[in-house]
Amino acid sequence: MKQDSTTKASPPPAKGKASGGDLALRFSDISMVFPDGTHALDNVSFDLHEGEFLTIVGPSGCGKSTILKIASGLLEASRGDYQLSDDNIGYVFQDATLLPWRKVNKNVELFAELHGHDKNTRSAVAARAIETVGLSGFENHYPARLSGGMRMRVSLARSLTLSPSLFLFDEPFGALDEITRQRLNEEVIRLFLERRFAGLFITHSIAEAVFMSTRVMVMSARPGRIVKTVDIPFQYPRTADLRYEPEFARISGELSEALAEGHA
Amino acid sequence: MTPARGGSARRAVLPTIGPPIAVFFGFLGLWYFYSGVILDERERNIVLPYFHKVIDVAFLDAENRSELLAAMGISTIISVIGLVIAILLGVGIAVAMSQAQWIEQSFYPYAVLLQTVPILALVPLIGLRFGFGITARVIVCVLIALFPIITNTLFGLKSAKSSHHDLFTLHNAGRFTRLTKLQLPAALPAMFTGFQISAGLSIVGAIVGGFFFGRGDAGLGIRIKEYSARLKVEQLIGSIILSALLGVFAFWLFGYLKHRLTSEWDESGAERRT
Repeated sequence: MKQDSTTKASPPPAKGKASGGDLALRFSDISMVFPDGTHALDNVSFDLHEGEFLTIVGPSGCGKSTILKIASGLLEASRGDYQLSDDNIGYVFQDATLLPWRKVNKNVELFAELHGHDKNTRSAVAARAIETVGLSGFENHYPARLSGGMRMRVSLARSLTLSPSLFLFDEPFGALDEITRQRLNEEVIRLFLERRFAGLFITHSIAEAVFMSTRVMVMSARPGRIVKTVDIPFQYPRTADLRYEPEFARISGELSEALAEGHA
Repeated sequence: MTPARGGSARRAVLPTIGPPIAVFFGFLGLWYFYSGVILDERERNIVLPYFHKVIDVAFLDAENRSELLAAMGISTIISVIGLVIAILLGVGIAVAMSQAQWIEQSFYPYAVLLQTVPILALVPLIGLRFGFGITARVIVCVLIALFPIITNTLFGLKSAKSSHHDLFTLHNAGRFTRLTKLQLPAALPAMFTGFQISAGLSIVGAIVGGFFFGRGDAGLGIRIKEYSARLKVEQLIGSIILSALLGVFAFWLFGYLKHRLTSEWDESGAERRT
């Protein structure tokens, strides 16, 4: 899977389903019914390749997070198959989920520690990740002393340490103020362009989805089904002005219509 | 970081020290009122002598003082040994319970039982089996101090968030890693709350044990029994004062340790203080 040496030198293609990168994740007719009878997902299928940034929008409670939990192996689907090319996954939760008793650097080191890397490797990797997210100088702070945005940066840094080829983002910046949230979204896109991982992002903001992604999927209310998939044609790097382009508005409108239909 | 912490600690200490001192003087006022106005002289000498007389007889008299301090030393040693055993045992039991539902379900009722049976009812049994020496008194301490350590530690071990557990699951962490890197650190604040309660209880255990057995090396319990039998009221009150001080010191010590170990990162604690 990873040994495949097809060229992927060019920046992530902005167009088309055939993105050229290796298959990172495939969902084939995945359904999920929880033991309490909640029907969360209904026949969800999609492919995600490296170099693609796929965003799922949907009403709250439609099972978006369940998709990520199944992809990461935290949950087992009731029906259907999924294929994962590499189980080295970066998973950024809604909440920063930092261990409060560990300082920033020790939090960032956690995954490397759990995978048994030695101390020197760990701290080198952590230092690099902390620098990447712009938190140099805060290594010795406890999470309690950081702002919400900074905590999410630490969480991001932590997930970078193992250089995953697939990144799952579960409404990661939903609790932050608009400006911080936008800045962090830009950060994520910057990392995406740098590392060309496969990104699977979840949000309920259409504007955020269109701005960030190469592809957007709309999910219906429970049981979650994919009601629409739209390829986003804009080239990276994208700037804030993009939000005022007619094409941006047109796509957003199309998605929002699908969202409203799926909600009914 | 350090100066900020020192500053906030100092700010926190000042308002907390004033009111208790005021209450102490109010209490002394009541004391003098009771012994001076309500009691006549004969009653006063048997029931409640003036505070300064208690200090004078129990603590300023060299012989009485060394007798009391020696008793306090023995009670301290016994309760410290008891507490250490209770901590090791209690944390061990709580960890075992946290690892398997069936262990918790099988043994928790007996932990509750331990708490509900009046300790005084057990003391004679312990005496019959283990004699009336240090061992028996240590056992009383352990029995009385065990329960809060088990419950608080167990509560703490279970307080690790499910999202944190997910994190460890995603990276294939084993049971032991989960315990040492997630559950135990998460439990630390609750554990120290348990230790704090149990430290006081262990001192009570040492004194109750000594009081009941009434033999062996004279701790505060034995002295209290002796002084009340011989109507040495000043020394009796003196030993009560020392018992109380010992308990307060233990409570303070574990509060301080908890603060040192967890206040920098424990968000719940920080919120509670402000």
